[in-house]
Amino acid sequence: MSRWVPIAAAVLVAAAAIWFAGSGAGRPDTLEERAQVVAAGLRCPVCQNLSVADSPSRLAGEMRGEIRARLADGETEDEVRAYFVERYGEWVLLEPTRRGLNLVPWLFPLVAVLVGVGVWAFVIRRRPPTGEEEPTEADRPRVAAELAGLEDVP
Amino acid sequence: MIAFVGTAALALALTLAVYGTVASIAGLRTRNASLVESARTSAYSVLALVLVANGAMLAGLLSNDFSIAYVAENSSVDTPTFFKVLALWSADEGSLLLWNLVLAGFLAAVAFRFRSRRPETFPWAMAVMYVVIGFYLLLVLGPTTPFATLEAVPLDGRGPLPLLQNHPLMAAHPPFLYLGFIGFTVPFAFAIAALITGRVSDDWVRTTRRWTLAAWVFLTVGLALGALWSYGVLGWGGYWAWDPVENVALLPWLTATAFLHSVIVQERRGMLKVWNLSLIVGTFALTVLGTFLTRGSILSSVHTFAESIVGPMYLGFLTVVLVGGFGLIAWRREALRSEASFDTPLSRESVFLGNNVLLLVLTFIVLVGTIYPLLAEAVTGDRVSVGGPYFNRNTAPVMVLVLFLMGIGPLLPWRAASASSLLRRLRWPAWIAAVAAVALALVGAGAVGTAVAALAAFVGAATISEMARGVRAQHRARGGSWPAAASTAVRRNRRLFGGLVAHLGVLLAVAGIAWTALADRSNEVTLASGERVRVGDYELRLDGVQTREEAHRRVLVARVTVLDAADGDEVVRLQPSLNLYPASSEPIGTPSIRVGTPWNGLRDLYLSLVSVEDAGPTVVLRFFVNPGIGLLWLGGLVIALGGVIAAWPARSRAAPSPALGSVAEPREEVRV
Amino acid sequence: MVVAAVVLPIVAFALLLATGLGRDPRSVPSELVGEPAPTFDLPRLGEEGSVDLAALRGQVVVVNFWASWCLACRDEHPALDEAWRRYRDRGVVVVGVDFEDTEEAALAYVSEMGGDWPLVTDPGSRTAIAYGVFGVPETFVIAPDGTIAAKTIGAVTYAWLTEHIDAALRSGEGR
Repeated sequence: MSRWVPIAAAVLVAAAAIWFAGSGAGRPDTLEERAQVVAAGLRCPVCQNLSVADSPSRLAGEMRGEIRARLADGETEDEVRAYFVERYGEWVLLEPTRRGLNLVPWLFPLVAVLVGVGVWAFVIRRRPPTGEEEPTEADRPRVAAELAGLEDVP
Repeated sequence: MIAFVGTAALALALTLAVYGTVASIAGLRTRNASLVESARTSAYSVLALVLVANGAMLAGLLSNDFSIAYVAENSSVDTPTFFKVLALWSADEGSLLLWNLVLAGFLAAVAFRFRSRRPETFPWAMAVMYVVIGFYLLLVLGPTTPFATLEAVPLDGRGPLPLLQNHPLMAAHPPFLYLGFIGFTVPFAFAIAALITGRVSDDWVRTTRRWTLAAWVFLTVGLALGALWSYGVLGWGGYWAWDPVENVALLPWLTATAFLHSVIVQERRGMLKVWNLSLIVGTFALTVLGTFLTRGSILSSVHTFAESIVGPMYLGFLTVVLVGGFGLIAWRREALRSEASFDTPLSRESVFLGNNVLLLVLTFIVLVGTIYPLLAEAVTGDRVSVGGPYFNRNTAPVMVLVLFLMGIGPLLPWRAASASSLLRRLRWPAWIAAVAAVALALVGAGAVGTAVAALAAFVGAATISEMARGVRAQHRARGGSWPAAASTAVRRNRRLFGGLVAHLGVLLAVAGIAWTALADRSNEVTLASGERVRVGDYELRLDGVQTREEAHRRVLVARVTVLDAADGDEVVRLQPSLNLYPASSEPIGTPSIRVGTPWNGLRDLYLSLVSVEDAGPTVVLRFFVNPGIGLLWLGGLVIALGGVIAAWPARSRAAPSPALGSVAEPREEVRV
Repeated sequence: MVVAAVVLPIVAFALLLATGLGRDPRSVPSELVGEPAPTFDLPRLGEEGSVDLAALRGQVVVVNFWASWCLACRDEHPALDEAWRRYRDRGVVVVGVDFEDTEEAALAYVSEMGGDWPLVTDPGSRTAIAYGVFGVPETFVIAPDGTIAAKTIGAVTYAWLTEHIDAALRSGEGR
């Protein structure tokens, strides 16, 4: 039991540090930051596959200007996004809206992780159908090798 | 003339590939060794012929032979020689020639490597490789025609796509990606051969271990160079856009990484046989899927073959690979029974399996995100996008788990670990993580940054302590100096140390990615000549705009001085530019970067030119401060180095002979 | 059984991929056809005055987004010129909106290519964004009632212009 103590103490210290680091957050979002968030979720129409926030193209720059102007006019982030969807379609959103078929990519990662854990547990618990066999004479060197591998020495 | 030579060479190569397939199998069936041998040596002729075809195209490019359509479309008189050579693989038909060359190279290398001693499955493996190269040779002999000629020969060519002739880095990353992609053909071929012949013991794993590692190293370097190209050339301040083209290159890397780990479990414990075969079939299939999605113009818009037969051909080949590969595995499932079972979840093999599963989860998340737009359009008819925010949100948590398991996996022994010895080994890494977290919290990093740093410190400390443990044990056992003990420890266990070095590389890369992402500061600045504007800790001053006429383009250069906002000292002068190509739609920028070093806080200062207004002149610039991104490039290099260490043949032995039945490799090799 | 369980998902996957064959990743259907055309009042290129779309209500308006650096725009120029000359007497107005360009380059292009339909500049590309423009050239036909009747991406042909202008003219007469 006592072996747990140093590890637990270290984990507690790290957790406290992370909590402390996070406690300073919550700065008020400036217009520029809000515009950045909206732009990062929109796809640049003239690029291969960049967001409006990332694209160096001139049109993306002007779209960032449009976003800023609309936010400054008092529109919410969602209203600005809706404006672009109205013009360019759902295509312009880099994350599909969560409805209908789009739930497939939204739910898939969670399902994949759950299935993955299930596969792992299944394989770990599975026993060969023949059950454990006694080692034959031919297996002796291998058994010896495996036992050597058990030592802590690398 | 050139066109004829090229096409004839390709046609001959295809004929030989068909012969090689038939002769390999027939030779095996009729126990005719000389037939098998002739199939083997044909590989050299295939390589020579494909070299001739590539040489013909190169000659056409260098001699401005615009009677060849490919030359006319992708080169011009004014194109600099370097970019003429590069044009060989800067467009689809030419890059398929290069693809065939690399594949023929691997084919000939396999033929050479197994010239004397060879596994019994060798003829089948050769047959599989011949079928693969036969497919790709067929692609350049009709569905695409690299040597198509023009009736009316133009006086000058169109030149390469501006983006592709903008930077020399473009030269490096496709060949490396090809070497990586195509290299997986070798383990795939031996795996299929093992399945067909029913010799599904561990031979194929041992035979192809170094081939797989080599392909993986090439793919790693290719991915890193691709990211470097994106960062250094495209001018958007980032390096990875989760573009389908990038995703399909990442997918086989993920499954191959899983494979490299799980084959160790098979070698050690005789487990995960179906798993490993599935991984290598999957890896190879993903390389085919990648070429299908990018070259079949399904997801990327650079090439279009809407009307051509190329897309269906790739799809047919992919289906054959998947059905054949997984069908054979299902067919042989009785012979693939595990020889052992897991003793406890707390063992190295179970952590390896856990990380394997997570790497596959990552693979499927990226795959589903990449092809979901196809599904949506097929079902609802709507155009949707799945981009960076989706992939970042969903892959990051899985990556964190992968990192954690990567840290503790090597600390665990095979079969069964005692919790107390694990806890003892974790003590130092845990405290180093705690110290790192406190330090980062004190310098004002956010919660995420602090957590990532703590995790990276934990994994790094665990990895280094594992290396140190090996060296200490060596020193204890043999005495001598510490460096000598270290060098012996590494030499006697290259595989373990190579793996640990690669893990450190992954940590460096993750540190670079997280640092840059969390500290990302980009600003858009409009500057008139002589004007100074403050941006964060810096001031930018526009010293002037110059126009430079080059043979193939006009270059607008903004001369900008970056000053320290605190004391007004000059930090660096940067000269981002816009390049105007005559045949281009929009001007293409070239960013200017002050590379971060340990002496300036690893901060890259990155400036790209968005537009130039004639009046003034006034320029619009984007200025990025990217700290730590150098760690990403360094990490890529270290990962590749780890792979090279792991693959390096032991010096003391003659060339290992993977041909020999089930005899395990010498202890030092496998011992962990 | 096991083999079928392996093969069927693969076939389904291949069929899904097959739907992508022949798909042009670039062509995104417009959301705007049938919707009211976004209004604009843009300054003329290289001269005084502006073009106000609202003032053209009741007429068929062809809005063409172009740029001097755009090669396909050179291809479609004669078609626009011909349509403008054929239909201008029937109240059809062609408006060329210059996209991501410099005034100097745009004026040089105009003097080289000819054509005398009204051209405007689009400061900040606000109008281009309002029309959901992906690149140039793109061409919209606006019916007399102010709704967008048709849109095309890439070099427009004379046949496409006459078809959609005629249809828009008829829709105006029908009311």
